[in-house]
Amino acid sequence: MTPAGVLAAGAASGDLFVAQNVFFGVIALVMIVSAIRCVTTRNVVHAALWLVLVLAGAAAQFILLGSEFVAVTQVLVYIGAIIVLFLFGIMLTKASMGDDDSVAGEKRLMAGLVAVLLAVVMGIALVDSYSDTRVVIDEPQRFAAVSDAIFSQYIVAFEAVSVLLLAALIGAIVVARKE
Amino acid sequence: MILNQFLLLAAVLFCIGVYGVLARRNGIMVLMSVEIILNSVNINLVAFGAFRDHVAGEVFALFVIAVAAAEVGIGLAIVLLIYRNRRSIDLTEADLLKG
Repeated sequence: MTPAGVLAAGAASGDLFVAQNVFFGVIALVMIVSAIRCVTTRNVVHAALWLVLVLAGAAAQFILLGSEFVAVTQVLVYIGAIIVLFLFGIMLTKASMGDDDSVAGEKRLMAGLVAVLLAVVMGIALVDSYSDTRVVIDEPQRFAAVSDAIFSQYIVAFEAVSVLLLAALIGAIVVARKE
Repeated sequence: MILNQFLLLAAVLFCIGVYGVLARRNGIMVLMSVEIILNSVNINLVAFGAFRDHVAGEVFALFVIAVAAAEVGIGLAIVLLIYRNRRSIDLTEADLLKG
C-alpha cells in the first residue's frame, strides 16, 4: 500500500488525521503567540490587531471541528463588529498611555504566578480526564440542525438573548450619551 | 484528533486572558483580555459538541458570542464614561468605592 493509501485508510478509520493535526498545531501556535503579544504589548492599537489573529485562529479551529456556522459567526461578529468597536473605543479615549513599569511590576509578577498556577492545575486535570479521548468528525454539522435546535429546544434562551441584546443596546446609549 | 489538544489550547488561552485581566491597568486592554477568555470557552464548547456529536455545543457557543457582543458594548460605554469623568482609563485610579 502506498503511503498516501495508508494515510487515507487511517483517516477513514478515524485513527490518524495528519493534515488536521498539522494545521491544528500551526494555528494553535499562532493563537498562543498572538494572545501573549496581545496582553503584553504596550501599544493598545497593536493589541487590538493581535486580538484579530487570536479570533481568526479560533474561527479556524471551529472549522477544523466541523462547525462552519460558528466559524462564520465568529468572523462576522468578532472580527467584523467587536474589533471595530474596540478601535472606536481606543480612538475616543485616546488610550495611548503605556503601563507604568515601576508600579505594575509586582502586579505583573502576581498575575503571572496566578496564570501559571491556573494553567498547571487545568492541564493536570485535563490530562488526567481526557488523555485518550478522540474526536471523530465524520461530517460537518449542518446549518439546518443548528437552527432547528435554536428555534425549538433552545427557543427560551434565544428569546432571552434577544432581550439581553436590546437591554445592552439601550444601556450603552444611556450610559455613553452626553447630558 | 485528540479531544485534549483543543481543551489544552483553550486552557492556555484562558490563562493568558486571566493574566491580561490581572496585570493590565488600561480598561480597554482588560476588556480585550476578557474577549480572549470567552473565546477559549467557545473552543471548549465546540470541541465537546464535536466530541459528543451533539448540536448543543455549537448553540451555546453562539449564545456566548451574542453575550460577549453585549458585554463589549456595555463595557466600552462604561470605559468611555470613566474617561469623560476622570480624563484617564487607568483602572487603578478608579477606586472611589475603596472606602
